[in-house]
Amino acid sequence: MLKLLRQSPLSARIGMGIVILNILVALFAPLIAPYGETSVVGDVWESSSAKFYLGTDHIGRDLFTRMVYGARNTIALALLTTALSFFAGALLGLIAAVKGAWTDQLISRAIDIIMAFPTLIFALMILSVIGSSIPNLIFTIALVDLTRVYRLSRAVAMDIEVMEFVEAARLRGEGLWWLIRHEILPNALPPLIAEFGLRFCFVFLFIASLSFLGLGLQPPLADWGGMVRENSGAITFGIFIPLIPAAAIALLTVGINLIVDWFLHLSSGLHE
Amino acid sequence: MKNVLMLIFKRTGASLITVFIISLIIFIGVEALPGDVAETVLGQGATPETVEAFRKELKLDLPPHVRYVAWLNDFVHGEFGNSLANGRPVAGLIGWRFGNTLFLAMSTAVIAIPLAIILGMLAALYRNTFFDKLISTTTLTFISFPEFFIAYILISLLSVKFNIFPSLAVIDPEMGLGSRIYAIILPSLTLTFVVTAHMMRQTRAAIINVLASAYIEMAEIKGMKRLRIIILHAFPNSLSPVINVVAVNMAYLIVGVVLVEVVFVYPGLGQLLVDSVAKRDLPVVQASGLVFSVVYISLNLFADILSMLSNPKLRQSQI
Amino acid sequence: MNNLLEIKNLYLEAFYEEKWQPIVHDISLELKRGEVLGLIGESGAGKSTIGLAAMGYARQGCRIASGSINLDGVEMFEASEQELRKVRGSKISYVAQSAAASFNPAHRVIKQYAEAPVQHGLMNSAKAEKEAIELYRRLFLPSPEKIGYRYPHELSGGQLQRAMVAMAMSCKPDIIVFDEPTTALDVTTQIEVLAAVKEITEKMNKAALYITHDLAVVAQVAHRIMVLRNGRLVEVNETRELIKNPKEKYTRELLNVRSLRENKKIHDKMDVILDIKDVAATYTGDKNVVEDIDLTVRKGRTVALVGESGSGKSTVAKIITGLLPANNGSIKFLGKELPRKLKDRKKDDLRRMQMIYQMPDTALNPKQTVRKVIGRPLEFYFGIKGKEAEDKIRQLLVDIELDPDHYIGRLTTELSGGEKQRICIARALAAEPELIICDEVTSALDQLVAEGILDLLQDLQNKTDMSYLFITHDLATVKAIADKIVIMLQGKIVEQGEKKEILTPPHHEYTDKLLASVPEMDPDWLDNLLEQRASTFI
Repeated sequence: MLKLLRQSPLSARIGMGIVILNILVALFAPLIAPYGETSVVGDVWESSSAKFYLGTDHIGRDLFTRMVYGARNTIALALLTTALSFFAGALLGLIAAVKGAWTDQLISRAIDIIMAFPTLIFALMILSVIGSSIPNLIFTIALVDLTRVYRLSRAVAMDIEVMEFVEAARLRGEGLWWLIRHEILPNALPPLIAEFGLRFCFVFLFIASLSFLGLGLQPPLADWGGMVRENSGAITFGIFIPLIPAAAIALLTVGINLIVDWFLHLSSGLHE
Repeated sequence: MKNVLMLIFKRTGASLITVFIISLIIFIGVEALPGDVAETVLGQGATPETVEAFRKELKLDLPPHVRYVAWLNDFVHGEFGNSLANGRPVAGLIGWRFGNTLFLAMSTAVIAIPLAIILGMLAALYRNTFFDKLISTTTLTFISFPEFFIAYILISLLSVKFNIFPSLAVIDPEMGLGSRIYAIILPSLTLTFVVTAHMMRQTRAAIINVLASAYIEMAEIKGMKRLRIIILHAFPNSLSPVINVVAVNMAYLIVGVVLVEVVFVYPGLGQLLVDSVAKRDLPVVQASGLVFSVVYISLNLFADILSMLSNPKLRQSQI
Repeated sequence: MNNLLEIKNLYLEAFYEEKWQPIVHDISLELKRGEVLGLIGESGAGKSTIGLAAMGYARQGCRIASGSINLDGVEMFEASEQELRKVRGSKISYVAQSAAASFNPAHRVIKQYAEAPVQHGLMNSAKAEKEAIELYRRLFLPSPEKIGYRYPHELSGGQLQRAMVAMAMSCKPDIIVFDEPTTALDVTTQIEVLAAVKEITEKMNKAALYITHDLAVVAQVAHRIMVLRNGRLVEVNETRELIKNPKEKYTRELLNVRSLRENKKIHDKMDVILDIKDVAATYTGDKNVVEDIDLTVRKGRTVALVGESGSGKSTVAKIITGLLPANNGSIKFLGKELPRKLKDRKKDDLRRMQMIYQMPDTALNPKQTVRKVIGRPLEFYFGIKGKEAEDKIRQLLVDIELDPDHYIGRLTTELSGGEKQRICIARALAAEPELIICDEVTSALDQLVAEGILDLLQDLQNKTDMSYLFITHDLATVKAIADKIVIMLQGKIVEQGEKKEILTPPHHEYTDKLLASVPEMDPDWLDNLLEQRASTFI
């Protein structure tokens, strides 16, 4: 493991640095932030100073504090949602591949129907009916996202499933769970791990976009997408504040993509 | 030719069934609400009379299957009900905005698709050179950026700092083509960055895949010139996979257009959808959601058919 | 200068594990006009790479490190792209191993024939197409005037291979490099292609490099044979001389492959292990893919189920194991009727019937250790774990001739093909079965490695009275190890009986054809066969 890290290219290291920084900020938010998440402490859109490192937002809250709490809220929500969708999607995919026949058909058709909707449109429609509470958000986004995880895990599992060592285990009389856990899963892990990274990016961007549209995390919770929306008016005054949370979103996503790219490069090499 | 026609026929049939099913889902989605639709939407403070009127408006007093057929029937005839927000017919609202969204999407696609394909081809041909690495890094960055980030950067640069383009894409029905194009340059540019980046990466991968084929090696062993190999051997076999790539990325176009319309306050269907969702204006949400989905499904169908037609392995010589 | 092709001190390298490493060491060879040189060796011998290097070509990840490649006076090593392009296709051409992959799916076969001569400026396309049709005729392709106008996916494997041979002739090159042209084909189709090759090399006086792993095949067409191993020269000599008086031990081993083993008799009093009667099955529900299958395996004996691709032999194995439920007939195992579906069968019945597969790479889970692979059947069937299991696993490793200390903790991916196949055998043995179904277990292995596996299987049978159902297309193997032979064609059994019976005439027509198609080590074998065929046609 350490040998791998030592051999990693510059791009992967930059990615890892970005991700680690974000995780640290998210974890230790209350210790890092100088003010309260929702406290109004200054004038509207003040420029950066010693008192307010990044200035203030459209109501007068410290932008730095909001950014720190925003990291925590957005990342935590994204992580939870990704974990849920990943677990559900991967499990369904593995089951569909191993059981085959009717089970596969049924699940795949249901997934196809969900995928027939463009992602954002689907989420918007659901949220318009059930509202944007946090559980509803998690449910909706996870539902949309698990379809992609399903497709990938099913494809990977089917590739492995046709190999004779799986047939050998079947002929032995091994049951469904043994096949999944001991034969298929260990071989499916590399592509699945890479996919987790990509899915997190997607979910993260998705939450940010929904918040930007006003349908994600509701105020006064700090959330990077929402912060872009709240402060968008500043642009016309030549104050480029909304770029800061937007840039933070972009930075984290780039970081993860760099790591995933490196991981994919590694795992394809190992196959030769 | 016959077996290709059969495939196309089956594929179209499948699409129609899908459209039918999603319309059902959209309909049920509203019906299956826990509690009462009327009360949920109108809120706690609604009077019994308003609730009753609302019910009548949405025909909630009729049994579900009757309602569904009526709704579908109306939809097909272009009758989408009335908006809850302002009582106006939904069809009228959607019509013009749908046209605007199409305009924005088309102008993006017209630039993004050829650009992505050419860049992807070049990156594949000059694989692992500085050019390739540069493009790969650039596109990786762009696919990581949310559309609104790119939008605001462009606005900050080209609108606020250097007053070249308008930050709000204001168009009205009387505008000429020239002014329309001027108004949508920034939103279109934003979308182009994102869509091109996604498409280019996948095109590159598809073409590299084709270039690794045994028949390409055979052509080299026969002593054929590089240009000939690319045009006559690689290209015909790349059509199908590249069309697939374009099709898959149309999804990014459809999703992106919604976000971009909101940033630039562009009067399109995406902005209408977002507004209606915020206002819980369900008839509008249903109708615009359905329109978007049907367009998405049709795009996929079209791409699948093109892909089938351009797949050499489906050809028959009839000799 | 006499030599058409002269290679001196050739070194080839491949890029793996992050650096360039040598794969071919100091190879020199000469080829005169009209001469056929056979390059023979197992996988990893470097013969394909040498064949490509003869035209100055190296695949992605390979390079020509140093040496001289002189083709009719033109030096190919470090020649310019232009010079190489001029020579390729026109003076020297290549017949690849897989015809299906080497033809562009987007263009008609005959257009791909015409491409080289037209682009090299030798003739116009009309003339090229006329010549193509003539060649297709000479190479015994059906409907020669029409077949070229089809797309590659409309031709069969054997037809495409011959079309590729014709394409290699299109510029009338001085040398043709044949790279394992018949390896992927059935024995009976192989004959046609070999005849085509002989037609070209002898009647048209072309020089050729014939690359293969099968010594019997190369003996039919080559004047001289070069034996290669791990990128180095072992021995080179005139064909007849090499076969009669091999100088190196390795050559001798290659020549002795598939020599006859002991003959065992079968009599009715022996226990019947497996008895299937009137079995049929289908994949799609309407047409039966195999029908009227009757066969019996007795204790301690090997029944070989022989057939070419599409004969249904693998399907019979699937039916016996229950993966494909029969829709007719009965399957009796150890006297008991077995349920048709796998999931209805009892664990103990499953235990007594084990299977070994063709591809060792995909037959073992790459993420498991040898210990886990062999240990699982012990745990699953007998509940044996811990120290007892460890001891048993070690014993099994000894039985399959692998050192337990060295192998027990290794991951299966770290092993060679032959080692993996042995582990597969150990996995089967761990269940203490009565019957082992061997599905093409030696087809994917190098000849000498396969020998080792067959020897091992024979030893095990002698020691434990194990019964085998041996599925294969390779008649040479069948002749060596089978006690009883069952021959299948297109889903039905055409003939079955004890080995001696089957191998002596009179035969069923197909058996005849099949037996005749197995190349023998005699250089005149092909000529004799073709003469025989010609005379029967008149």
